[in-house]
Amino acid sequence: MNLTDAEKAMLDGREGRAKAKAMELLVRYGEALGAERLVETRNVAGTWATSRFMTDYIARGMDAVFSEFNLDSDEVVETPHAKVSSCQLIAGVDHRNWRIQGVPEEAADAQARAEEFFGRRGIQQLATCTPYQVGNVPVRGEHCAWMESSAVVYCNAVLGARTNTEGRESTGAASITGRIPYWGFHVPERRLATHECEVEFPVDDMMDWGLLGYHVGEMVEEDIPVLTGLRHTPSLIKLKHFGAAAASSGGVEMYHIPGTTPEAPTREAALGGKTPRRRFKFGEAERRRAYENLNATAHDRDVDFIMLGCPHNSIEQMWLIASLLDGKKVSPSTQLWVHTPSAIRTVADRSGYTKIIEDAGGVVMSDTCPSISRFMPKGTRVTATDSAKQAHYLPALTGVQTWFGSVAHCIDAAITGRWNGGL
Amino acid sequence: MDKIILKGRKVVGGMAEGEAFVTRHTISGWGGIDHRTGTIVEMRHEKRGQSFAGKVLVFPGAKGSSGWSHYFHMARIAGVAPKAMVFNTMTTKVALGAVVVRAPAVTDLDQDPLDIIEDGDWVKVDGDNGIVEVTKRSV
Repeated sequence: MNLTDAEKAMLDGREGRAKAKAMELLVRYGEALGAERLVETRNVAGTWATSRFMTDYIARGMDAVFSEFNLDSDEVVETPHAKVSSCQLIAGVDHRNWRIQGVPEEAADAQARAEEFFGRRGIQQLATCTPYQVGNVPVRGEHCAWMESSAVVYCNAVLGARTNTEGRESTGAASITGRIPYWGFHVPERRLATHECEVEFPVDDMMDWGLLGYHVGEMVEEDIPVLTGLRHTPSLIKLKHFGAAAASSGGVEMYHIPGTTPEAPTREAALGGKTPRRRFKFGEAERRRAYENLNATAHDRDVDFIMLGCPHNSIEQMWLIASLLDGKKVSPSTQLWVHTPSAIRTVADRSGYTKIIEDAGGVVMSDTCPSISRFMPKGTRVTATDSAKQAHYLPALTGVQTWFGSVAHCIDAAITGRWNGGL
Repeated sequence: MDKIILKGRKVVGGMAEGEAFVTRHTISGWGGIDHRTGTIVEMRHEKRGQSFAGKVLVFPGAKGSSGWSHYFHMARIAGVAPKAMVFNTMTTKVALGAVVVRAPAVTDLDQDPLDIIEDGDWVKVDGDNGIVEVTKRSV
């Protein structure tokens, strides 16, 4: 790889051991990719959280955690300040509700120490899978180094900023060097659509955006679709849901919607003037198949646990849930957890939404989700969710049955204890 | 015994050999594998319930969450990572994952390894030279 003088200086250790190890990792990684150089980034979203699988490292201190898991370094180096703006994504422990989650005290304590340690070194504790909802909104063309598949696809497709799907080690290295391999989505030609999805079904509500995303991901895997034929303009929350679904069933990191997303003024522009390699449609049959695939694990209609807020809810979604629950009670046989970024929770508290949800018997969670934490209410066998992503991952990760449906179906299940959803 | 030689390019250097674990399905890291045993756990995956620990993983590429590298990293720490990796589609997930697994890895082969290599074949991966040597399992 061709390195600049500044990059060589870091690699040679002139800015300390941590940056030398970080540059070493970025070079190994860049060479694995076949990248020719690095690019400067000033926007990193990664994870510096602890987990119960790091106990041996935590005992040796946070520098040991950082060295192994954020730099892939056998040598324990001292953690420097972040060189560029860097934020913590979603992790395993709700700093407020860890007891309700069932997180052991020592794990909550380790996570609190990690937040303090890395916070003091500049890592912003946004603690959400949706940094773009709470102040980290990159501009078009900005080179970023982000993790979290649902955030990556939002960053590329909706904001027109440029990031690959980075990992814990590459974002750790990027945060202290301000560099990431110039490859993939950093390169303009690699952002063009390769596949076309002709959307015949009139997709408009949240559930259908999730089903569309689930279908598209399965069809294109890691390729780039352009969606044509849509009749309704989506909003932040619909694209948030769509992208998360497409990044779960496949590996979608970029898509175009002509007239809506910034790099697609037209279908032809999205495709760079080329013919799509493959065209496929989303009609009634495809919608039904996506729904059936998402509900494939569920058969018992008595629901123990309702999970809402994946990706983390917007304030608009918090109000919708509060208004559906207002004056009602969650069934004694079920539990309801609603997930939203801590910053949005502050607004929900102030607006009275949290109180409505709590008065109904629900819990407002932040910082985590059941798939990431693997914590659910004890004895959970059957869950329901409005998230295609959560419905994709929860059964595989935890073995529970999972119903997928609309937020209204989910709130109905929370109140009645029964799943009455359907297409 | 006949040997088949595939030529590609280095992803991660080094030399390793072992029994092939072959799948035509892409693999998720987070949510797709159990990093304590190296077992595939994704629903509807053709290899669900089987472990790649200590084997040469031959697969199309990575998909899913950005936790890919972290979960393969933890599999390496737990001693259940693949001995080597051979794959078709380069992505940042699989590149970083291969780097932190620190086992030889090769891609861009002159023939599709998924057409040539089957479960149980003996596979030698020379990462530095991008060479994969396949000895077919005797039937």
